Amino acid sequence: MKEKIRKFLGKFFDESSVQDGDNIFEKGLVNSLFAMQLVTFIEKEFDISILNQELDIENFKSINAICSLVQSKIDG
Amino acid sequence: MIITYLNEEKGMGIRMIQKIIGVIGCGIMGKGVAQRFAQHGYKILLIDSQNDILEHAKVEIEKSIQIYGMFNREQNINPKVVLENISFSNDIAELRHTDIIVENVTEEESIKEKVYRELDGIVKEDCIILANTSCIPITKLGSYTSHPKNVIGVHFMNPVPMQNFAEVIQGYYTGEECIRLTRELLQDVGISCEVINDSPGFVSNRLSHLFMNEAAYLVYENVATPEQIDNVFKKGFGHKMGPLETADLIGIDTVLASLKILYNEYEDSKFRACPLLKRMVEANKLGRKTGIGFYEYI
Repeated sequence: MKEKIRKFLGKFFDESSVQDGDNIFEKGLVNSLFAMQLVTFIEKEFDISILNQELDIENFKSINAICSLVQSKIDG
Repeated sequence: MIITYLNEEKGMGIRMIQKIIGVIGCGIMGKGVAQRFAQHGYKILLIDSQNDILEHAKVEIEKSIQIYGMFNREQNINPKVVLENISFSNDIAELRHTDIIVENVTEEESIKEKVYRELDGIVKEDCIILANTSCIPITKLGSYTSHPKNVIGVHFMNPVPMQNFAEVIQGYYTGEECIRLTRELLQDVGISCEVINDSPGFVSNRLSHLFMNEAAYLVYENVATPEQIDNVFKKGFGHKMGPLETADLIGIDTVLASLKILYNEYEDSKFRACPLLKRMVEANKLGRKTGIGFYEYI
């Protein structure tokens, strides 16, 4: 899962410079233009539907945060 | 919020423009336009001929507002309130009382012509129509109406809720009042613009489609991979996105359709579409919207 997310992020910035816990927004690596693409990617890639109440920046701020969100959705 | 203007010609003095904006077409651009104006307090009447598309649009706009709000917390956007500003309808005749219409139907001349001719029999005489097109000449769209002075091109950038720039195109007969009103309207929702003269593809797409088409030729001729080509643009030229990523985002079918328009309008071989683009469309490799284009997304 982490690798798939890293590969996606690699289209926007050099993902090798980011640790799993780094805040990608605070580091200025991406902006809000990227947000829609990220959410769409996660939904399609992992076949999940992100609910409106889950659209919180805390769930998308780092690779670890994204993995936790996806894992919790998969686990139900 | 409320736009005022001086209508000296009719001796009406300062007149308030109704805050209802008709938006035609529920594609990516139509939804984006509706969201942007609704977030700024405008009442939107979103029109599409198909009910299922309207239903789908409602869900997608809600999610898009939520995502926008997630990254723009200082604006305190309430998705529920924004969504309440948008009404949905499959009846174009409901636009008879609106003062401003943003037309976003499919980028095909015959489809647009049908819509403009239909609108001409519905809308008020002084209703201005913002044609959201990426290639089709505004003078031509205006000619399908009885009031071409009220037709102006506004090439919004995708995603509309987040892009703060638009290319504004004045057709041969577009009136000064229409231009001024359009500038004010865009400024009111935080969009700056450049007003240019009419020309198929305008400035942005005459440039961008040459880049995207030539980049496709580079792949077709096996000169470089999509990643390599886009990297030259990003790392070499400092662009945020490469031409092939952009083509995938826009949709390969849309890029091909625009190239065809440019080719037909200028009758110039420099706009001849790369055969690879045609093959990709036939194979339904349309970019992000089908999950595969020059890149894979699933």
